[in-house]
Amino acid sequence: MKGDAALAAHAHTVKRYRGLMDWLTTVDHKKIGILYLIAGGLFFLIGGLEAILIRIQLIKPMNNFVSADTFNELITMHGTTMIFLAAMPLLFALMNAVIPLQIGARDVAFPFLNALGFWTFFFGGLLLNISWFTGHVPDAGWTSYVPLASPTYSEGAGVDYYVLGLQIAGIGTLLGGINFMATIINMRAPGMSFMRMPMFTWTIFITSALIVFAFPVLTVGLVALMFDRLFFANFFETAAGGSGVLWEHIFWVFGHPEVYILILPAFGIISEVVSTFSRKRLFGYSSMVFATVLIAFLGFMVWAHHMFTTGLGPVANALFSIATMLIAVPTGIKIFNWLFTLWGGSIRFTAASLFGIGFIPTFVMGGVTGVMLASAPADYQYHDTYFVVAHFHYVIVGGLMFGIFAGMFYWWPKMFGRLLNETLGKITFFTFFIGFHLTFFVQHFLGLLGMPRRVWTYLDGQGLNGMNLISTIGAILMGIATIVMLINIAVTSLKRPNAANDPWEDGRTLEWSIPSPPPEYNFKQIPLVRGYDAWWKEKMEGKKAMTPAEPPGPIHMPSPSILPFVMSVGLFISGFGFIYDKLFLAIGGLAVTLICMLLRSVFDDHGFHIEEHEQEKGVTA
Amino acid sequence: MKRLLPLMAGMALVLSACGREDLSALNPQGPVARQQLELMKISIGIMSLVVLVVFTICIYVLIRYRRRKGDNSIPKQVEGNHKLEIIWTVIPIILLIILGVPTISTVFGLSKDYSNDPNALKVKVTAHQYWWEFEYPDLGITTAQELVVPTGKKIQFELTTADVKHSFWIPSIGGKMDNNDGLTNKMYLEFDKEGVYRGKCAELCGPSHSLMDFKAKAVDQASFDRWVAAIKAPVEMPKDEAVKAAFQNKCLTCHAIGETSTGSSAPNLTGIGSRLTVGGILFNDEAPVVDNLIKWITDPQKVKPGNMMPKAQDLELTDAELKGIAEYLANNKLEY
Repeated sequence: MKGDAALAAHAHTVKRYRGLMDWLTTVDHKKIGILYLIAGGLFFLIGGLEAILIRIQLIKPMNNFVSADTFNELITMHGTTMIFLAAMPLLFALMNAVIPLQIGARDVAFPFLNALGFWTFFFGGLLLNISWFTGHVPDAGWTSYVPLASPTYSEGAGVDYYVLGLQIAGIGTLLGGINFMATIINMRAPGMSFMRMPMFTWTIFITSALIVFAFPVLTVGLVALMFDRLFFANFFETAAGGSGVLWEHIFWVFGHPEVYILILPAFGIISEVVSTFSRKRLFGYSSMVFATVLIAFLGFMVWAHHMFTTGLGPVANALFSIATMLIAVPTGIKIFNWLFTLWGGSIRFTAASLFGIGFIPTFVMGGVTGVMLASAPADYQYHDTYFVVAHFHYVIVGGLMFGIFAGMFYWWPKMFGRLLNETLGKITFFTFFIGFHLTFFVQHFLGLLGMPRRVWTYLDGQGLNGMNLISTIGAILMGIATIVMLINIAVTSLKRPNAANDPWEDGRTLEWSIPSPPPEYNFKQIPLVRGYDAWWKEKMEGKKAMTPAEPPGPIHMPSPSILPFVMSVGLFISGFGFIYDKLFLAIGGLAVTLICMLLRSVFDDHGFHIEEHEQEKGVTA
Repeated sequence: MKRLLPLMAGMALVLSACGREDLSALNPQGPVARQQLELMKISIGIMSLVVLVVFTICIYVLIRYRRRKGDNSIPKQVEGNHKLEIIWTVIPIILLIILGVPTISTVFGLSKDYSNDPNALKVKVTAHQYWWEFEYPDLGITTAQELVVPTGKKIQFELTTADVKHSFWIPSIGGKMDNNDGLTNKMYLEFDKEGVYRGKCAELCGPSHSLMDFKAKAVDQASFDRWVAAIKAPVEMPKDEAVKAAFQNKCLTCHAIGETSTGSSAPNLTGIGSRLTVGGILFNDEAPVVDNLIKWITDPQKVKPGNMMPKAQDLELTDAELKGIAEYLANNKLEY
């Protein structure tokens, strides 16, 4: 930039915060990714602890470790926490950390919304978990079926915490979905056509679309349940003309796409990890894209397979059986594409690739039981038994959590500039892998031998004792694996940053072409993308850096803001007001949020620029 | 190997034991459960094949294509292979057709309604928080916790609930069906062997969901007819006046026995002395029925947390009354 006038135009002064205030006000996708990782990790530990308590209670017949009431609270909070507050935020952590880098962008499309999404999720989750301290804990299962969750049969504030906590956290998820959809459509670097996008970006794109269509359904359902519980609205009260089965439909119209919201990103992570560590291009890229889209599409028309025993009639059961089985076809395509990516490759075994490779057989086992469950008459036997518990833990833990672990080990150096310890990582993998299969494989048989799910205890002499014991031992192994992972994280963060730009040496996508961790503005010059696996292509042609698509210049950045935090606090307070029937709190909290929205609307914020001479000053994330 | 171990352990389990004859879905004792097991076998067969293929390729690839030390070569970058991709699209479709056809025919087969079949027995099942009510509308009988049915007949169930959602399940006889609030579901089952089968509630319904067991007792037709006659016979009240007063004022406000149907918000007590369990989970062959009754009446919350029945103490039952009632109930037996 020449001349003082031009310089002055960029010289907006912006308040830069430090320390805690920096984290509360940040709109940087990389920092928000770290916030999601910490919060999601924390909730994962809480959910894991609940799981261990559940397994200890079931270690022997007629055990009295926890009471029946507490047990139902544990299973409800375990399910809700793991799905909404652990799995999804951990995915959002990776999405935030990686997607803008993979598409060659400097941030997401709406950085302010991104921060707002994180804080609403966090305060929603906090609200839900505070229920443990107030003594009113949700206890109607994570599916919260009515009438059990209705005001008649669930007195006290327990289910209110579920309804309002999820409602507030759900805002965050919906905002994230909209944001990433807009980001991926609009902010790709020049040359990155849709069919040159990395697989992880593709899956996040499709996942975002699923979120945008599925989460409003949950929002509506929760509003209706909230009105039933707080204002006696009778949406789900059969006696007053409502319908309990309606809740099941609403829940699963959301709930089944939710399953794919969870697993598709894992598919994306596995695609990246498998391809990188076998030093090979992803086999059948375009069929992978097609399969992802097809799974997402079919995912919306199979919800009633969760309701085969509800009594929808043979026509519905037959149709939903077949529709469900169809999903096996695109999923099979994916599995074989991964196997043939490995085929002929040069496979390197790291903690990341072990989780990626361990994912394939494990997920296949979860997938085949899924097809078994799709056969409605057989499902009359499986439904609501431990067989189902085994199935969905195979896909969610064996699928999604393996994917998240793989992604964490893979992108950790990019996020933090430090490689996680490989030895500890491998210990984590083997302990977790063995523990996982010990815990859940036997549960298939427990279900078939007649053990319903969500049982607080079971009678002696039913042939269930041995396998329950094995299952508990496995769960403890998984707990140990998690502790090793925490030690690994602690040990690693004490070390000096040591990661190169491309620490795995075989990185293929744009995030590996920039420093680890990347500077605040990610790319000094937006790169020009000349093909699929853009960075790999340049490397193979002997280049050391991407070809820039623009001349160097001042970089425009969004300003940090405390408003997202304050808005979420407002919703949090309002949630309490609704739960405990304190109107002034409910309205006061909402007012805080609305005033923040007003402030955001009336005061223009143009952001600021990082001038060229500042760009080298080690402005780190 | 590590991956195969649990699989093999599982196979061994399958071969060695299919679970209790009266409880396991893998050990079917009726035509409905047998049809369902057939479908499971087809799907397990197909799926084992899939798992085997994937595991074999996976293990082969991991060994054959592992990176050797010092190997810095770049493998050939393959984009895809149309022939292979068509193969692994078409074969799964064929496998799914093999599974899909019997699935659909069984869905429709099991949904048959025998309500108007004069040879079928109709039973209305009403689930309550932690107990089961069985009403035989054509016979004018109501009983609880122990379903008695004749062998060799289609039993047409009508399922509903008095409170929250439950699910009616007798694993070794057939799959489950939900008891929905305000709706009636229909399902038929058939018992072709005499015996006692364990039934369960399969839908989370509150703290004692796990203890909401019942028994299904299949007997031959003659025996069933005797049972019907016996349950319809009038029931004598307790001889001791004090016990009788306590029983009538404190028990029969909710329960019913014999013809005295002053209340039906709690299980019908007719013939409770000859049932196999008290409360569905205290087995009378493990402890004398009187002891089980005393245990139950003294503190029902201790046996089944969250149920509606008050403690003996709260009902102000004296020890003598409690003992008298328990003995009276224990001797209320049906001969069939």
